[in-house]
Amino acid sequence: MKKHPLRRGGLIALLACLLFAPLVALAVDDPSEMLPDPAQEQRAEAIGAQLRCLVCQNESIEDSSADLARDLRHVVREHVAKGESNQQIMDWMVNRYGNFIRLKPPFTIGTLLLWVMPLLALCIGIGIAWWTFRRPRAPTPPPLSDEERRRLSDLTETR
Amino acid sequence: MSGQPSSPTRRRLLMAAPLVVAGGVGVGFWRMLSGMTRGSFDPHDIHAPALNRPVPDFALPDQAPGTGFSAADLRGLKAPVLVNYFASWCIPCVAEMPVLNALKDRLPIWGIAYKDKPEHALGFVQRAGNPYARIASDHDGLAAIDWGVSGVPETFLIGPGGIIRWHTASPITEAMITNTIMPLADSLKP
Repeated sequence: MKKHPLRRGGLIALLACLLFAPLVALAVDDPSEMLPDPAQEQRAEAIGAQLRCLVCQNESIEDSSADLARDLRHVVREHVAKGESNQQIMDWMVNRYGNFIRLKPPFTIGTLLLWVMPLLALCIGIGIAWWTFRRPRAPTPPPLSDEERRRLSDLTETR
Repeated sequence: MSGQPSSPTRRRLLMAAPLVVAGGVGVGFWRMLSGMTRGSFDPHDIHAPALNRPVPDFALPDQAPGTGFSAADLRGLKAPVLVNYFASWCIPCVAEMPVLNALKDRLPIWGIAYKDKPEHALGFVQRAGNPYARIASDHDGLAAIDWGVSGVPETFLIGPGGIIRWHTASPITEAMITNTIMPLADSLKP
């Protein structure tokens, strides 16, 4: 009972289609939402892709179909049309919703700590292990006393 | 460590250093986690920036049965006011209405109907009892974005001069009123 090779190929193609289909699905499908200038629209999409939808939280506002995301897209396009820079629009959003609205967090002490924490923990662990298991340095034995010397010579003589 | 055996105090100190660092980190994490359960720390908080700033510029039309208001009205305030975003289609807003109705005689509450049809908002206020001294309509929800609102209900305590002094993105509860809102509002009264 061998499977037909064509059927297998078709199945793989279907799976591939299903896998990659979500990549092209954007929520902005309403042409009336877009800016007439394609360059401006592209900039607005790039900015929107960096803004978190506050309702669904793990999607950008460009990908989300939530009402608030649509409003935020509208606001971004308004600002782009006004000729504001990407940085200005980002700042406007962060001013109102805080850094949580940025899908890519800014570099701060907090995020730095977050990234170096595994390394820090490893160093601390190695440090503790080293100090715990380090062999104590063998102390130099004190010179033999007269009593010991005598005993030693007694022992060697009896041999 | 060359030749000389290191002194026991120095050794003990070096041995304690990693433990102290680890302990410090542990305390930090513990405080962060306990803050998350108590609500004093929230990494998802999207509303912190609004605090201690003047209200954004806005002018909203009337929403029956009240009169609308603008940023100028809030900036001209001498005593604190609670500003409450609500909508007829929002279930938690229904839940907080009895609490707001009990509060309205102690602290003036101004309402903003968020993305609501005027007749629906009117019906909602008539059914639930009207706690609002003034009501405005934010029909397209754009003023809300300027306030940093991400959904309803959200409530702001506005101090004299139109400064945002407190904010919550959850329904108002009795506990919030006695523990936070009223003490803060009393301290802001002239």
